[in-house]
Amino acid sequence: MYVAVKGGERAIDNAHAWLAEERRGDTAVAELSVAQIREQLSLAVSRVMAEGSLFDPDLAALAIKQARGDLIEAIFLIRAYRTTLPRIGNSRPIETESMACDRRISATFKDVPGGQVLGPTFDYTHRLLDFVLAADGEVPEAASVSADTGGVPHVTSFLNRDGLIQTEDPDDAPPPDLTRTPLEFPANRALRLQALARGDEGFVLSMAYSTQRGYGRNHPFVAELRVGRVAVEMDIPELGFAVEIGEITVTECETVNQFTGSKTEPPQFTRGYGLTFGHTERKAISMALVDRAMRWKELGEDNVGAPAQDEEFVLSHADNIQATGFLEHIKLPHYVDFQSELELVRKLRAEAAAANAPEAAE
Amino acid sequence: MTETGQYNFAYLDEKTKRMIRRALLKGLAIPGYQVPFASREMPMPYGWGTGGVQVSAACLTPDDSFKVIDQGADDTTNAVSIRKFFQRTAGVDVTEHTGEATVIQTRHRIPEEPLREDQILVYQVPIPEPLRFLEPRETETRKMHSLEEYGLMHVKLYEDIARHGSIATSYAYPVKVEGRYVMDPSPIPKFDNPKLEMAAIQLFGAGREQRIYAVPPYTKVVSLDFDDYPFEASKADHPCALCAATHTYLDEVIIDDAGGRMFVCSDTDYCAKRRAEGHTGTMGTPMNEDAA
Repeated sequence: MYVAVKGGERAIDNAHAWLAEERRGDTAVAELSVAQIREQLSLAVSRVMAEGSLFDPDLAALAIKQARGDLIEAIFLIRAYRTTLPRIGNSRPIETESMACDRRISATFKDVPGGQVLGPTFDYTHRLLDFVLAADGEVPEAASVSADTGGVPHVTSFLNRDGLIQTEDPDDAPPPDLTRTPLEFPANRALRLQALARGDEGFVLSMAYSTQRGYGRNHPFVAELRVGRVAVEMDIPELGFAVEIGEITVTECETVNQFTGSKTEPPQFTRGYGLTFGHTERKAISMALVDRAMRWKELGEDNVGAPAQDEEFVLSHADNIQATGFLEHIKLPHYVDFQSELELVRKLRAEAAAANAPEAAE
Repeated sequence: MTETGQYNFAYLDEKTKRMIRRALLKGLAIPGYQVPFASREMPMPYGWGTGGVQVSAACLTPDDSFKVIDQGADDTTNAVSIRKFFQRTAGVDVTEHTGEATVIQTRHRIPEEPLREDQILVYQVPIPEPLRFLEPRETETRKMHSLEEYGLMHVKLYEDIARHGSIATSYAYPVKVEGRYVMDPSPIPKFDNPKLEMAAIQLFGAGREQRIYAVPPYTKVVSLDFDDYPFEASKADHPCALCAATHTYLDEVIIDDAGGRMFVCSDTDYCAKRRAEGHTGTMGTPMNEDAA
C-alpha cells in the first residue's frame, strides 16, 4: 500500500541531530577547539578565508569545525555570513611593497634587493610521514631573526626601469564588485582578478596547469612570490586622513611572461598577477597564470581557443559554491520531471514499435 | 518579529529587497525578459531555490500567507526547509492550502487549483536561459534574444520531430511570452504549460545565474510548436488512485518488488481537497490522516 511521503520535517530535524553527533565524533576523544584549528590547520584557514572572501581566521576556523573539515562547506558558511555584513566603506589599496614578509622568493634572479627569504615552506621537505607527530612530539624552536621593516621592493619594478616589462597603467576607476553586481561579459581585468581570487583553488590550479601543458601557453616565470602581513588603511572622512584599521596576511605572486610582441605591442615581458588572503601560494601562482592567459585580447595575442583564455568559461565555472550547489542539487527530488520523461520515452518506444511492426510482418 | 532578532524581516536587508523589487518590476514590464540582478549568497545552497527564496523575500509582507511546494507537494524536504526558513525569519503565516496562500513558492509544478489575481506564484529556476543547451555562451544567447533570433530553437524542435516523430521535450518546455521573448518556464512538466496564462502574477528567480523574469497576469504564453505538430500537454494515462481525478498531473509510485505501481496526484493539497469532498480512487480510502 502506498505510504505517503509525510514527515519531511521530522526527518530533517533528526538528520540535523545526527549530523551534529557525527561532527563531534567519539566523545572519548577530546573536542577540537576553534583556536586549535586556527593555529594548527592554518593553511585550511587560509583557503577558507581566500575563497570565502572574508579575512577572519577565527570565523574561518569555526566554519571548518562546523563543516567537519569540508573546506567547500566551510567556505559556504563564511560566504553566507559575509553577505549579511553591512558595508561601512572601502579601504585604501593595500601596499604590498611595505609587506612584513615571512616568505619572499624570486625565480628569475639569483639574488634581489631585499633578499630571498625561504620562510615556512613545504618546498624542500621530504614527504615522509612524520610518526613523531602521531606520538604528540614537541617541535624544537626554530631560529629567528627580527623582521626587515623597511619594505621590500617588487622584483618586477627592476625590469620596469629598463622598459623590458609592460607597464600596468594606474586606474582610478573604482573596481566592480562581483558580490554586489551580477557578473556580465566582457569582464574587465579587475573583475576577472576578483573572480579568480575567490575561485576554487582546484579549478584555478587546473586551468593554470592546462596553460603550462600547451593550452594557451604563456611561458611564465615566478618573478616574485611573497607572503606576509600588510596594513589595511581606511580614509575616515571626519578625520580627513587614513587610519590603520588592522593587518591582514596575504600571498602575492607576480609572473613575468615571455612575449615576442604582437601587432600592437613591442617585444617585452608581460605580467600575470595573483593576490589572495592568507598563506595560499598554490592559489596565488595559479591565479597569476590564468590572469595572464585571459589577457590575450589587450596584448593583441591570438585566441588559440584554449579553455584558460576563455573568460566566460573560466569565470562562469570558477566559483565552487555555485558549482557545488548546482551539482549537488540533483540530489533533490526530481520525480515530476522524471515522470514526464518516463511518459515521453514510453510514447517514443510505443511509436517505434508500431513503426517496426509492419516491417517485421513483411 | 523574527525569532532571533538578528536578521531583518524575511532575512534580506531592505536595500537588497529594493534591488530585487526593481528587477521584478522591470521583469513585469518586459514579460519573459531575463533581468540580471545582484543575487546574494543565501544560507542555503545554490540549486536549492536561492532565486525563488530571494524573490519571495522581496515580495512577502507581514500579512501574507505563504505556501511552498516542491514537486507539487508541501511536505517534500526542501519545501519544508524553505517554509521553515520564512516562518523563522519573517514570522508569516504558512498554509498548505493553495486557495489560502497569497504567495506560493514552487519548484517544478503549477498548482492544479486555478490561481487568483491576489496571488503571486514564485518559481525556482535552475537555468533561466531557454537557449542555453543550444548555445552555451551567455554573450551569444543575449544577442539572440535581443535580435529575436530564435531559429535555432525551431531547428531543434524540428530535428526532434525528424528523429523521434515528436518533440522530445517533456519538461522545461520553451514558451513564447506575449509574442516576443522565448522563455524557460522552469522545469515544470509540459502538462503545466497551458496554466502559464493565469490571473496571478508569476515571478521567476534564478539565484546562481543571477536572473529574474516575470509573466504578468493574463499574459499570452504560447508553447512553441508547429501547425502540423501542435503542442500537447501530456500526463500519465490513468486516474489518480486516491482521488480518482483524471485531469491532474500524476506521480508514478512503485509499490512492490514485482513492478506494481500506482498513480497519484502530484499536487498533494489538491488531492486531499478532492478526497475531503468525497472523491475516492481505486486505492484510496475516504479522507483520513494517514494517506495524503
